[in-house]
Amino acid sequence: MDLLQLFLELAQSTVRLSTPLILAALAGLFTERAGVFDIGLEGKMLGGAFAAGCVAFVAQSAMAGLLAAVVVSVLLSLVHGYASITQRGNQIVSGVAINFIVAGSTVILGQAWFQQGGRTPALSEGARFQEIELPFAEALRSVPLIGPIYAELLSGHAALTYFAFLMVPFTWWVLYRTRFGLRLRAVGENPGAVDTAGISVIWMRYRGVICCGILCGVAGAYLSLAANAGWTKGMTAGKGYIALAALIFAKWRPVNVMFACLLFGFLDAFAIRYQGTPLPLIGKVPVQLMQALPYILTVILLAGFIGKAIPPKAGGVPYVKER
Amino acid sequence: MSVPYAKLPAWAEYGLIPLVNLIVAFAVAGLVVLLVGESPLEAAYHMINGAFGRGEYIGFTLYYATTFIFTGLAVAVAFHAGLFNIGGEGQAYVAGIGVALACLSLDRIMPWYVVFPVAILGAALFGAAWAFIPGWLQAKRGSHIVITTIMFNFIAASLMNYMLNRVMKPLGSMSLETRTFEAGGQLPKLDWLMKIFGLSVGTSPFNVTFLLALAAAFGVWVLIWRTRLGYEMRTMGHSPAAARYAGIKEARIIVITMMISGALAGMMALNPIMGETYRMQLDFVQGAGFVGIAVALMGRSHPAGIIPAAILFGVLYQGGAEISFEMPSISRDMIVIIQGLVILFAGALEHMFRPAITRAVLAVSGRGHTEAAVKGA
Amino acid sequence: MGELAIELKGIDKSFGLVHANKDINLKVRKGTIHGIVGENGAGKSTLMSILYGFYQADRGEILVDGRPIDIRDPNTAIAAGIGMVHQHFMLVENFTVLENIMLGAEESRILNAGIARARAELKRLEREYALEVDPDAVIEELPVGLQQRVEILKALYRKADILILDEPTGVLTPAEADHLFRILEQLKAQGKTIILITHKLREIMAITDEVSVMRRGEMVATRETGKTSVEELAELMVGRRVLLRVQKGEAQPGDVKLSVENLTVRDSRGVTMVDNVSFDLRAGEIVGIAGVAGNGQSELLEAISGIRRAVSGSVLLNSEAIDVTGNADPAELRARGLAHVPEDRHHVGLVLKFEESENAILGYHDDPKYRKGFLLDIDAIRADAEEKIEKYDIRPPNARLKTANFSGGNQQKIVLAREMERDPDVLIIGQPTRGVDVGAIEFIHKRIIEMRDQGKAVLLVSVELDEIRALSDRILVMFAGRVVGERAPDASEGELGLLMAGVEGRKEAAE
Repeated sequence: MDLLQLFLELAQSTVRLSTPLILAALAGLFTERAGVFDIGLEGKMLGGAFAAGCVAFVAQSAMAGLLAAVVVSVLLSLVHGYASITQRGNQIVSGVAINFIVAGSTVILGQAWFQQGGRTPALSEGARFQEIELPFAEALRSVPLIGPIYAELLSGHAALTYFAFLMVPFTWWVLYRTRFGLRLRAVGENPGAVDTAGISVIWMRYRGVICCGILCGVAGAYLSLAANAGWTKGMTAGKGYIALAALIFAKWRPVNVMFACLLFGFLDAFAIRYQGTPLPLIGKVPVQLMQALPYILTVILLAGFIGKAIPPKAGGVPYVKER
Repeated sequence: MSVPYAKLPAWAEYGLIPLVNLIVAFAVAGLVVLLVGESPLEAAYHMINGAFGRGEYIGFTLYYATTFIFTGLAVAVAFHAGLFNIGGEGQAYVAGIGVALACLSLDRIMPWYVVFPVAILGAALFGAAWAFIPGWLQAKRGSHIVITTIMFNFIAASLMNYMLNRVMKPLGSMSLETRTFEAGGQLPKLDWLMKIFGLSVGTSPFNVTFLLALAAAFGVWVLIWRTRLGYEMRTMGHSPAAARYAGIKEARIIVITMMISGALAGMMALNPIMGETYRMQLDFVQGAGFVGIAVALMGRSHPAGIIPAAILFGVLYQGGAEISFEMPSISRDMIVIIQGLVILFAGALEHMFRPAITRAVLAVSGRGHTEAAVKGA
Repeated sequence: MGELAIELKGIDKSFGLVHANKDINLKVRKGTIHGIVGENGAGKSTLMSILYGFYQADRGEILVDGRPIDIRDPNTAIAAGIGMVHQHFMLVENFTVLENIMLGAEESRILNAGIARARAELKRLEREYALEVDPDAVIEELPVGLQQRVEILKALYRKADILILDEPTGVLTPAEADHLFRILEQLKAQGKTIILITHKLREIMAITDEVSVMRRGEMVATRETGKTSVEELAELMVGRRVLLRVQKGEAQPGDVKLSVENLTVRDSRGVTMVDNVSFDLRAGEIVGIAGVAGNGQSELLEAISGIRRAVSGSVLLNSEAIDVTGNADPAELRARGLAHVPEDRHHVGLVLKFEESENAILGYHDDPKYRKGFLLDIDAIRADAEEKIEKYDIRPPNARLKTANFSGGNQQKIVLAREMERDPDVLIIGQPTRGVDVGAIEFIHKRIIEMRDQGKAVLLVSVELDEIRALSDRILVMFAGRVVGERAPDASEGELGLLMAGVEGRKEAAE
């Protein structure tokens, strides 16, 4: 196989695998920038994937599935918001709780409704997000270098993938160029300043949490409607945690988030592609090591051997007026 | 400063509030049962019957409870020092190596009461070692312990998969497990204990590890409330600045606390490996590390609360198995939901019912005025 | 009498069991500077927070420009032309000045359109009120004086006609404070109404037109500033004659107990907070360190007590070196005879969730007398605590009560009892009477003098100049991290004030 083909193959699967990570990590960015930490990305994604699988099957419509995913995920994030903003509970505990509730209830409900043992029925073409062929992809294919890159790397992804990558600049723009973004960043740094400026801290934080819910829902829908043909038990498989790690690694900045997610996506793609294949210089790497590599890498990164990640100053702390 | 609630009498603090949280969690779980089209009352009946119906059932219930006492204590110890150890799952998993090593090397030459202490040591050492790294990284490099311990759960899963695949599996075997231990690696069941109550242990794996768990609970109580180390841990948990002022070494406390926590989580591995299957299998922890979070929250991080909370989850696990047998549409994943709900209501939403309960209790007992008058100025 | 900008009628507010404002009436005339004085905890800040919509009153009425207004949140207050400069600045530290000023007053959903106009408006305000500040500077890189200026600009940007300043000079040097007063005078000249909350009478006399006095949640009097005196205000504030002079005999200084040489300390941002400080502290004397808060006193105490690492210099305790630049250990220093009453008792000196008896051993929990085998001797600890409760008249006398349930004065006594009863050679005390009721202040002052008379070396840091002057045998003045002068306790307030402002100090240090 020639080198370009090899590269394209890896690059394409990197893009596929990083799409849900980017969506989930950006989701986390909105809530954490608002000062509400969320380790429940995993659960919200899973809940979204489940809702998408169910509704897309019943309605035979991918869009209906996407909508359901967003609704369910937003509801879950509102639970997290209620616990951590209104009730001022421990945000980590709340996130853990949501992950369990979703992990359990999706299986129970899925089994009760479809009786297919930990999965929703396989979706037909029409109920899934199709790969989109960009214009002239076939025509340009023969152009050396650029042609294959355009046809195979840039073209042929699900709409949600394009959405995810477009969300990166959009999130940047929202964060740094809009009133909402200014207030969102402020509420995660010093909620007192926001409160005295006559803005509701509670409502701002809820808005951050809701944004998180929407994007987690999309990430979930991507898993069950684009990457797969339906929901399966535990299909997020730690992606929510990887996204969280990517968010921290990216120091809560949108563009960095994309690069971090691409890196983790690449590691995943690499592990799948080279499972059991002896590598030059290193020799045969146990598949288990390849699977653990993203986590090991994250630990090393978190240990501050590469820069220092400073979280939003008011993150994790419920807002209480002085006194 | 947080709102200072009037002090509640102990029975309300450690009895009433967890009970209310539990009732709400069960009510929500009941809704899920309804949603599935089954009767919550019937489910409750099967659960209670399945957990207590016979001596054998009680044996199973207490067998599960044993596991959860360890993981609950692990989370609680870390809580007292202000640390959130979500890594109990991974620590217990890796600790399996310690137990298996002790059994594999000694089971043919030594009786169980010699192998057991070695295995305890092995479990504690491996569990502590796996918790040491996140603790050290937090103490020296400032990595957030919650995130690192989560990552270490995943790393542990890969590591153990590798160990069972390549290292600890007998030659020629297909299944991912060690060989079955001989007599020295099999813990005796607690027949005599059950007999006192006129019950039989039956086929249940209720074994001496239960006594070790009770001893560990007592040990944790002594550690937290009666030793200098425990005093230092609590000081740090409440106020890191006060700890620094008092000359308490933060890094040292973090590392030691995490190692104790990991050792406790690790001892959980004794129960299934030496007490039930007599071999180490893939995924033998089965989420017990996470159950520990719910148990610790419900037991309010106090051993006297953790033991009943662990038994409660034992009831859920054993009763849940019975429910899934009688009512196939309610699989054991129901337990995961309840676990999540308990964590939500007893943990993240712990303040939701507290003001109302406080008012009610103070109104009933009429002691509010004397205690409340202390505040002021 | 001119028009009223603000009128408060029957304002009442409780927080749980604390009755913070009791039936408050207040009239503030338009275009004046109106002072509100009172001790810490008199209810001034609560009252102003109600006016700004931060809290809601339980009862009462607010009239702005003669019209009753229901101020439910800061928005209504801002709309009514009220602006507030908080004691702790409400600024987002990693935002620029411009971003902070726009926050909450953005003109449209998308920032770009408003930025140019905000910039222009800011320039106009800067010119009009002589309040220069770089709009693109990041807040955390600005000195506090400028940060406060940003707070004032924020209010003016929102077209405030009534400006509330809550203890604005607490963090300022006297020079910066004077500058602030000039700004306030100018604002007044432009027709703005200013409410100045402070507990410093000098400021009231210097700048206000009228002054209202609060005591324990009540408004006890309003006076025209020109027709009152410091003495009268002080009496109104405290409710009885202040004990300005503590009864004490001559000091009998003995050997040097603590010797600080060329000590330099930087904070976490790398800013030099203590700059080459040297002094000796002898047995049987009280050395007071005067200075405006934030001039390095806190860091000095932390470095000496082993909590914060120093960059250079040396400290000798009983003629033996303390490893202040390395691993000085607070526990070891205690064992060597150094006791430390920290400035912040809530977060440092006590664990509020502990029982009283547990706090009575904080830092001394390694002592063998609290041990039984490898366990803590709970009975011995409680007995010890009860003894101290008795001796220091700590109320309520209950060693098992949660520390958070004691009043400020009693909490401070818990700390003092713990540190003083150890019979230390050197006692360092930060802010001994901050947030402490009057009765307890007298008790604490007496105990400090007694310690001196027993031959202890006492190092005292306080932002209350009166306290420093009443207790100290020698006064060191700190400014910008350096000791800029030493004076006898009978030095005039003016002289000390100038030193604290760094005016005299520069000359002296140069010599």
